[in-house]
Amino acid sequence: MLNRITPPEFKPIEHISLLAPGHVKLSNDCNLFWFTSGDQELVRIEWIFNNLSFDPDKPLLNTAVNTMLNDGTHTMSAAQIADTVDYYGAFLQVDYGFEQSQVTLFTLNKHLHSTLPVIHDILTNSAFPERELQTYIRNQQQKLQVSLQKNDFVARRTYNREVFGNTIYGLKPEPADYAKLQQADLVAHFKQMYQPANCTILVAGKVDDDILKTITNLFDKGWANNSIAQTAQTEQLSSGNLFTLIEKPDALQSAIRMGAVSVPRTHPDYPALQVVNTILGGYFGSRLMNNIREDKGYTYGIGSATVSMKDFGALFIATEVGADVTRLTMIEIEKEINLLKTVPVSHEELSLVKNYMLGSLLGSLENVISHADKFKNVYFWGLNFEYYDYYTEVVRNITAADIISYANKYFDFDKMTKVVVGKY
Amino acid sequence: MVKFNRFTLDNGLRVIVNEDKATPMAVLNILYDVGARDEDPGQTGFAHLFEHLMFGGSVNIPSYDEPLQRVGGENNAFTSNDITNYYITLPAVNLETAFWLESDRMLSLAFSEKSLEVQRNVVMEEFKQRYLNQPYGDVWLNLRPMVYKTHPYRWATIGKELSHIENAQIGDVKAFFKKHYNPQNAIMVVGGDVDTEQVKMLAEKWFGPIPAGEKYHRNLPQELPQHEERRATITAKVPLNSIYIAFQMADRMSEAYYITDLMSDILSRGNSSRLYKTLIKEKQIFSEVHAYMTGSLDTGMFVIDGRPLPGISIETAEAAIWEELEKLKAEPVPVDELTKVKNKTESTMVFSEISLLDNAMNIAYFELLGDAELLNTEPARYLAITAQQVQQQARAMLVKENSSTLIYLAE
Repeated sequence: MLNRITPPEFKPIEHISLLAPGHVKLSNDCNLFWFTSGDQELVRIEWIFNNLSFDPDKPLLNTAVNTMLNDGTHTMSAAQIADTVDYYGAFLQVDYGFEQSQVTLFTLNKHLHSTLPVIHDILTNSAFPERELQTYIRNQQQKLQVSLQKNDFVARRTYNREVFGNTIYGLKPEPADYAKLQQADLVAHFKQMYQPANCTILVAGKVDDDILKTITNLFDKGWANNSIAQTAQTEQLSSGNLFTLIEKPDALQSAIRMGAVSVPRTHPDYPALQVVNTILGGYFGSRLMNNIREDKGYTYGIGSATVSMKDFGALFIATEVGADVTRLTMIEIEKEINLLKTVPVSHEELSLVKNYMLGSLLGSLENVISHADKFKNVYFWGLNFEYYDYYTEVVRNITAADIISYANKYFDFDKMTKVVVGKY
Repeated sequence: MVKFNRFTLDNGLRVIVNEDKATPMAVLNILYDVGARDEDPGQTGFAHLFEHLMFGGSVNIPSYDEPLQRVGGENNAFTSNDITNYYITLPAVNLETAFWLESDRMLSLAFSEKSLEVQRNVVMEEFKQRYLNQPYGDVWLNLRPMVYKTHPYRWATIGKELSHIENAQIGDVKAFFKKHYNPQNAIMVVGGDVDTEQVKMLAEKWFGPIPAGEKYHRNLPQELPQHEERRATITAKVPLNSIYIAFQMADRMSEAYYITDLMSDILSRGNSSRLYKTLIKEKQIFSEVHAYMTGSLDTGMFVIDGRPLPGISIETAEAAIWEELEKLKAEPVPVDELTKVKNKTESTMVFSEISLLDNAMNIAYFELLGDAELLNTEPARYLAITAQQVQQQARAMLVKENSSTLIYLAE
């Protein structure tokens, strides 16, 4: 008779092996890394740039320049760029982050010769045509109007502004900020930021010498620096205001967001902090999910997370709950945080979280692209793959007593910044 | 090209294995051939609520998530109008845990009252979060009943109304399980760092003893072709006016499905698409405009939606959309443009092949369509389509008598 009650035996994850990248520093000081593996004849290429220092008078320059990179160069219109990329079945993406912005190309290898010159043109020759800029402004203003009706969106930006102040991290644009965008400012910003010495190129896929040569031919000799990019960011400037309520009388649900500034990935406590976070709200079986969703049914989802900027970190809890249980949810969150600080986590729960965290690290290594992503998560902090050995080590050895001490060091409900959008 | 092996257990469970040694992980995906279309009109949202209950403990295992997390695994599930799909990813060395968990909940659930009560609340919060507390969140609740008069696609997977979820009883849960959750109505795909022989052994061991159950024979009222224009206008608390035009379209198995898919790419895929270039960039009528289809197994929906810019009337916006649709009917798509959307379809498929989970889900879905091997013949089906076919399809489908237009006016 089959025993369905006892779980099958299982093995803990001992070691994670990561693909080491190839590396060359081009003559223009651009760093090129590549990861090769897999059967499919395709590559993902990313050009990653540090954002320029934030200017509170022109808060949208970093994001507008990035978003408009595919809106036309001095030789190609926006339509021609799109036609070429789409004709060859490629995908061109631009993405903006707090500290870096990037251009990503997904292409089949057989079309690289046709798609790569488009990126070269974009990165060396973007024009930000006036008509495109006006379209961008108008459409962004409309999108913002829709987003501002969503409680979770409002909670997120209000929270970021309260915690990080008027910096690149606390960006909270109003429609009027879009109207202030000027073509000349965009061009100047572009010239300073999108330079090879401020760029890291990451290639992942089936990469061979031909492909590398195609890339270096275009992005080494054919791409020159013109000045030094100023990329230092002001650190967070918290308002000190710990509670903000934005009332929405018709809300069926309230969006809640709360958290605090914390340590970055380079800090030795960071992996331990991730363990504490995972127990609290970092996975489906977390205490917040178990209590507030699975036991009380107040929400469809609640979670907590740690994020790392370059020089500091942040932790937060976010959820949307039935409007009538907003206060009860706050009380339960506080209870869960205090439990973590006072009562030792059971052996059973801790071992589960450890295995889960190591399993999901392994599980994130689905294909060659995920190896490049793992690299990105350390490289921009000045770390290398040894970080993952350290992480694995910390997760494996952390004790219940450690959890209490890290929870006390980093989680203080009373000092957290809290934002509620909806009813309270 | 996705490679796989297959076998069927005596109880009717179909098993397909996709060996992929490039990853240290394994995936186990189970598709149950049941969706919102199989619900009783008085009990809508049940297939989806049931999906939540599948995580509330099974007959021998009180907690589903906990033992999986303990071996480093993750899982999730989704319900559509057609199917319910569950998947696990975990370190390949711990594959057996996935078999243990999935087989026990196919054998029988715990049917706990507490779990039902909590999940009713969770799903009602999901209903509010996604459909009621968002601008335009209720669009599908309004549009579906316009397009469908008889087919159960007339309600959304979340259900017609909150009360249907509120009233769900444990007896209903048990009956639903008996009717739909058995080996004959399921397709299992195992992928990643696994061997077919090992999967066969594990499948026999864990799923072999499950009784075959009764085969569910679907007999749904099919939607009749539409012959009159349908319109509705809603004044709501939304920030901007918005327009949705839905057309009935062909079912998933017909050739017209593939033609319509390319048509939606021509109109709306990427920045080189017609609606984007003409209506957003050139004429500056919309801030956003999209064309897409639901991909349903039975008669589907082909939808165009857009948000006009300030100062543009809904009438002007609607006329501008129709002008683009008329172009598709008046002239064949130029060769380059058709090649472009075919190329994009091809590269999308190649890119999806690098994802273990996408492969597993796709294999299961195509097996449901009739044969997993169809997955590998998809590119050829798209490549064969001609400009004349696109034009003919546009003429047949994109007509007022086949349209349902829903307009949101900002209060």
